[in-house]
Amino acid sequence: MDSMTLIAIASIVTAGLTIALGSIGPALGEGRAVATALSSLAQQPDAATTITRTLFVGLAMIESIAIYCFVVAMILIFTNPFWNHVIASAAGK
Amino acid sequence: MHLSPDDIIFWQQGFLKLNATIVFTWGLMFVLVAGSILVTRNLSTGLRRSRWQNLLEIVVSAIKEQIAEVGLHQSEKYLGFLGTLFLFVAIASVFTIVPGYQPPTGSLSTTVALAICVFVAVPLFGIEDRGLGGYLRVYLKPTFIMLPFNIISELSRTLALAVRLFGNMMSGTMILAMLLTITPFIFPIAMSVLGLLTGMVQAYIFSILATVYIAAATRARKPEPGLEPEPED
Repeated sequence: MDSMTLIAIASIVTAGLTIALGSIGPALGEGRAVATALSSLAQQPDAATTITRTLFVGLAMIESIAIYCFVVAMILIFTNPFWNHVIASAAGK
Repeated sequence: MHLSPDDIIFWQQGFLKLNATIVFTWGLMFVLVAGSILVTRNLSTGLRRSRWQNLLEIVVSAIKEQIAEVGLHQSEKYLGFLGTLFLFVAIASVFTIVPGYQPPTGSLSTTVALAICVFVAVPLFGIEDRGLGGYLRVYLKPTFIMLPFNIISELSRTLALAVRLFGNMMSGTMILAMLLTITPFIFPIAMSVLGLLTGMVQAYIFSILATVYIAAATRARKPEPGLEPEPED
């Protein structure tokens, strides 16, 4: 297997694994956050605006972890520097 | 498939490029400035006011209240910077309704620029409030061993601000583009509504995080009415 094939295989597999594994943690975390927010809303409905606002801020922070994994996967698929280098050297040959 | 509006280049000479990001950013700036000038031309303090003035008053007082709630009690000082951050990111997201438009925050250059603005503004406000020595002492706060970790956290939260906003905006436009090639009409519209929602949430997150960082750098505390005079330094 030449280096071009190896880089392609590694990039594709890594991109898939990154987004797959990277979404598990944030999803579990967000589920727990929403569950806790719902139970505290049930306990104190008059603090609803504060709880909702804090919930959304917390969800966005947790979501950003999944976004980092997504960005890495996109970089590996679309602007992969190793692939570009290999393509450039193959085209220059 | 292009990742960001940076790839659409309208005009190029040497290394100067006029790409879609710059064009859309200046378009947004024009809309915001021209709209505000038009609305604030005849302000009235009475009971009869135009609906646009009402709208602007609601927006500005809501932002002021949010800033004060986080801990910055002189919200007028920070209203310009933080309000502009929020309004720019929010309007950049809302205009996705306009066909042919791509949010400039979907380009890493814009979000890194906004994050660098926050990175520069936090020490500026902190030094203005605490003085140079007082501000630098914050870095040694729990113990002085924490100095490298405080510096690293300062840099990494700037990077996190940029990448969070970029990732959310870019993924919204990319998902929309991909769906348009697969399923017609209804599903892409649902996804674009979701994109609008996340855009507003991300605008709020960006400005709230900037507020929290500034509040941490300045002497943010609850105002104690009449207990002590304002400390000088």
